[in-house]
Amino acid sequence: MPLIRVEKLYKQYEIAGGQATPVLHGVDLTIEAGEFVAIMGPSGSGKSTFMNILGCLDTPTSGNYFLDGENVAGLSNDELAALRNRLIGFVFQGFNLLKRVTALDNVALPLLYAGLSKSARREQARDILKQTGLENFTLSLPNQLSGGQQQRVAIARALVNRPPLILADEPTGNLDTQTSREIMDIFTRLNREQGITIILVTHEPDIAHYAGRLVRFVDGRVAHDGDVAGHAEHG
Amino acid sequence: MKLLAIPAEALRAMSLNGLRTVLTMLGMIIGVAAVVLMLAIGQGAQNTVNQSIASMGSNLFIVLSGASTSGGLRMGSGSVPTLTFADAQALAQIPSVKFVAPVYPGTAQLAYGANNWSTGVSGTTPEFLEVRNWPLDSGHPFEDSDVRGATRVVLLGQTVAQNLFGDEDPTGKTLRIKNLPFMVIGLLAPKGQSLDGRDQDDIAIIPVTTAQRKLFGNQFPGTVRYISVQAKSAEVMEEAEREMIQVLRQRHRLAESAENDFMVRNLTAVAQTAAGSAQAMSFMLGAIASISLLVGGIGIMNIMLVSVTERTREIGIRMAIGARRRDILLQFLLEALMICVAGGLAGVLLGVGGAWAVASFADMAVEVSLSAILLSFAFAAATGVFFGFYPAQRAARLKPVEALRYE
Repeated sequence: MPLIRVEKLYKQYEIAGGQATPVLHGVDLTIEAGEFVAIMGPSGSGKSTFMNILGCLDTPTSGNYFLDGENVAGLSNDELAALRNRLIGFVFQGFNLLKRVTALDNVALPLLYAGLSKSARREQARDILKQTGLENFTLSLPNQLSGGQQQRVAIARALVNRPPLILADEPTGNLDTQTSREIMDIFTRLNREQGITIILVTHEPDIAHYAGRLVRFVDGRVAHDGDVAGHAEHG
Repeated sequence: MKLLAIPAEALRAMSLNGLRTVLTMLGMIIGVAAVVLMLAIGQGAQNTVNQSIASMGSNLFIVLSGASTSGGLRMGSGSVPTLTFADAQALAQIPSVKFVAPVYPGTAQLAYGANNWSTGVSGTTPEFLEVRNWPLDSGHPFEDSDVRGATRVVLLGQTVAQNLFGDEDPTGKTLRIKNLPFMVIGLLAPKGQSLDGRDQDDIAIIPVTTAQRKLFGNQFPGTVRYISVQAKSAEVMEEAEREMIQVLRQRHRLAESAENDFMVRNLTAVAQTAAGSAQAMSFMLGAIASISLLVGGIGIMNIMLVSVTERTREIGIRMAIGARRRDILLQFLLEALMICVAGGLAGVLLGVGGAWAVASFADMAVEVSLSAILLSFAFAAATGVFFGFYPAQRAARLKPVEALRYE
């Protein structure tokens, strides 16, 4: 059973005036557990919308999305929230950490909604922060950390619930080359050592080369699905 | 554990915005304090009035002699002594009447040893003490036999006793009223001020017959100035009034067309008016204070709406990592509720302190009742839920994608 199976996915946005703007035109895609997939495409190609639907943050207009064998289309908002909490870790371009909340508590936050006790939350969060090399920054606030450190806190937060899937939306977009490389090394290690499925949106061919499979979106359709080599360079 | 986790999140969010939280709370503090204080003042005023009313006796009538007309001049009520002791005895036969006390008042100089004091001396019957609901501190009241025999016995009010005897117990002593020796047989319990501010304890009470025959004799033997009547209950007041008028008209042999030569006044009506106005004042004070509580509540809604907008991205992040709508709703609702409850507690303290200050510095009767405290506190909490709900719901209804995209 594939981790992700998407069938005839359509998405259109209603704009004022009653006109519908189609964004996704029937996307079919299957991703197996343990894959590392890069998603590329020009802006407006629908790749962000696709990621939001994969992340259960948005719902398709029509089509089916099976996540871990379950059809997401019929789920309520609260069921989707529970699904996100259990199966998906998010890493964003802008880090999206809670300001004025320590690294430790940021990382522990998903566990709060999973219903763990305070001591268990803290303990697990500390373990994960150690894995991402931030054991000395547990009590730091996000604005006291560098961009790379903040993104590592965000990755730790995505990992703390031990989800089988991580969705990263341009995780290196705000980072310099050196730091980007460090972050990508973490993703690669997670994918190889822990078998976590990683789906990553990027503009940069260098970053896409860390993945084992490339999916390119053009005008709301999958234009390429396969090898990274030789296909990542179009930006 | 999860039950406590969301409140902890709410508490943290509040403490991160300490100054704003305190300022928002201030609206609540002032509102609740105002309600507690105003209710205390209102209750105090009501108590004062009620005490005065209770000291007057309940379900009371006063029957006065009527007005006379002499050579075209109307002389005012009581100018012709038309009421007699026998009238009082007749009124006592009416079934709806409980006690009747004819009163013949006058003013006289009282002397004991080197002290003397001028006071109102009321000649009456033993029922007077029942009608006025007036117990004795010491001694015993006079009897019907004293009334029949016109004996020279006297009951003293606290003020009179204080002025003549100091701290000595006057019971059993003999004093002089208009130079006639009287035996003090009892000391009346203190009653304090009447509704119109008179000192009710400045009084001496003697048998009505003694007053008529020995002290204040006039040319109409057997007359009394007025008759105090107590009805059996508040329900039979109207019936008693009707019957009294009937009995007195009959006894005074008044023709159908003749006006009453006496007046029946319902004192309870006066008391009810006083009590009613005190209650109205108390209600009005409470209502005004409630408005400030309402304004405080609107302040909270305002701040919570700003807070929801400001924290849209935070809400999006929380939703992305697994917060359900009700988690978000609960968090924001709890924030509003905590502000209200904390503000409510502080307000109660401030209100009670204020009431104490008013009582001690302004010398006003103030009563802080537990029910007033609970009421204003419950109102504060309700305000929190009511005004916190809309912003919280707005937060919970945000779509995760849109909240995350919010700048």
